[in-house]
Amino acid sequence: MNPYFDKSELKKFGEIGKNVPHLAEKFFDWYNEVFKDGALSEREKALIALAVAHATQCPYCIDAYTTACLEKGSDLDQMTEAVHVASAIKGGACLIHGVQMRGHAERLGM
Amino acid sequence: MTISLTTLHSREHDLSSGEAQLRILEKAPVDADFNKRLDAIGLAPLMPTQIQILQVNVGKMCNMTCSHCHVDAGPDRTEIMTRETMEECLHAAQSSGITTVDITGGAPELNPNFYWFVEQLSAQGVHIIDRCNLTILLTGPHKNTAAFLAKHHVEIVCSLPHYRKTSTDAQRGDGTYDQSIQALRMLNDLGYGQGNEELKLTLVTNPVGAFLPPSQSSIEDEWKHELHRNFGITFDRLYTITNMPISRFLEWLVSTGNLVDYMQRLLDAYNPIAAAKVMCRNTISVGWDGMLYDCDFNQMLEMPLNSIARPHISDFDANALKRRTIRTASHCFGCTAGAGSSCSGSVT
Repeated sequence: MNPYFDKSELKKFGEIGKNVPHLAEKFFDWYNEVFKDGALSEREKALIALAVAHATQCPYCIDAYTTACLEKGSDLDQMTEAVHVASAIKGGACLIHGVQMRGHAERLGM
Repeated sequence: MTISLTTLHSREHDLSSGEAQLRILEKAPVDADFNKRLDAIGLAPLMPTQIQILQVNVGKMCNMTCSHCHVDAGPDRTEIMTRETMEECLHAAQSSGITTVDITGGAPELNPNFYWFVEQLSAQGVHIIDRCNLTILLTGPHKNTAAFLAKHHVEIVCSLPHYRKTSTDAQRGDGTYDQSIQALRMLNDLGYGQGNEELKLTLVTNPVGAFLPPSQSSIEDEWKHELHRNFGITFDRLYTITNMPISRFLEWLVSTGNLVDYMQRLLDAYNPIAAAKVMCRNTISVGWDGMLYDCDFNQMLEMPLNSIARPHISDFDANALKRRTIRTASHCFGCTAGAGSSCSGSVT
């Protein structure tokens, strides 16, 4: 079996720069800069990344930012709350489309 | 982080011997040749810079049995430093320009001569550190200990894995967090942790699992904010310390299948700048029986000093110690990962 997601592949992310290296360099420089302490702390940024990783359902990102959150000093309660925030937004984003459904149904219905 | 909260020693576990621990580390399929890394930056063999700190382990007895303890300390441990050995420590500190005596254990306060030792050190005028687990300060026989430490201006360096309860209790046992908060409030009431150099309160956080600690500088303000917001507690500084892959933490790594990944994490995060600043270059560690080691970790791995005929506190010779080579093995990657780690927190 050769699963599409293999966590060991994450370490090869840098290999994306073997082609068109100047773009990869720009991306990784910017990426690394984004996660440094700023108006938000490294820990807060890692929690945001963890939430987005769940919303985008990227298993690489979930593994990477679970480790990052722990290494930046978050505990499992805080990380679970971040995932709930992502879920709430995803759920809300789905539910709010019910308004569109209702509008369309009202136009069609008698 | 679930593990049996008893000592390896009480279970007669293989890993209660330093030799068995080193064997497991050597077998891990990672390229953990620490000396090779030192060689690449011109630091091999590793030598001391100067000897400023005497770290004295006054015994392995502890009222707690934390899951990550590198000493394998616990209530069943009976190894306790005698007053005679403490006298030799006092002599060594006085005769060699030692500026700091860092008292550790176990719970150092359980040594019946701890109070006498602190009084003598205080009279010598050295900076004294008590590595305190906080909970001991609430036990009946030690209810006056905090005031005693304040009287002698002892810096208290105490363990608190997280400013929240879940992780703290996971690592140190149920109920530890609430007791730690109570003890911290008591220390604040005595004037500790409020910016007074003579009553310094330092917190230490270790990761609760197989990952690296956070950046000390990045996280300290948040810790201060959260402990003050939730409990009105203040403290002076935060140390972040990497878990060493030895003793009970090693047992946990092996039993959960985390050993290889954790060692690889340490290796991947190797920082040559931290390697030049490892604590063994300015510290000598004294075992409960007076034997001398490069650090507390080498002590627990039963790796006595190199190049010293009789590495014992009774033969303490600062000049000879400065000329020795420091013993290293793969566990040393724990001190050089990321921002580096020492008993004084990160080193870079």
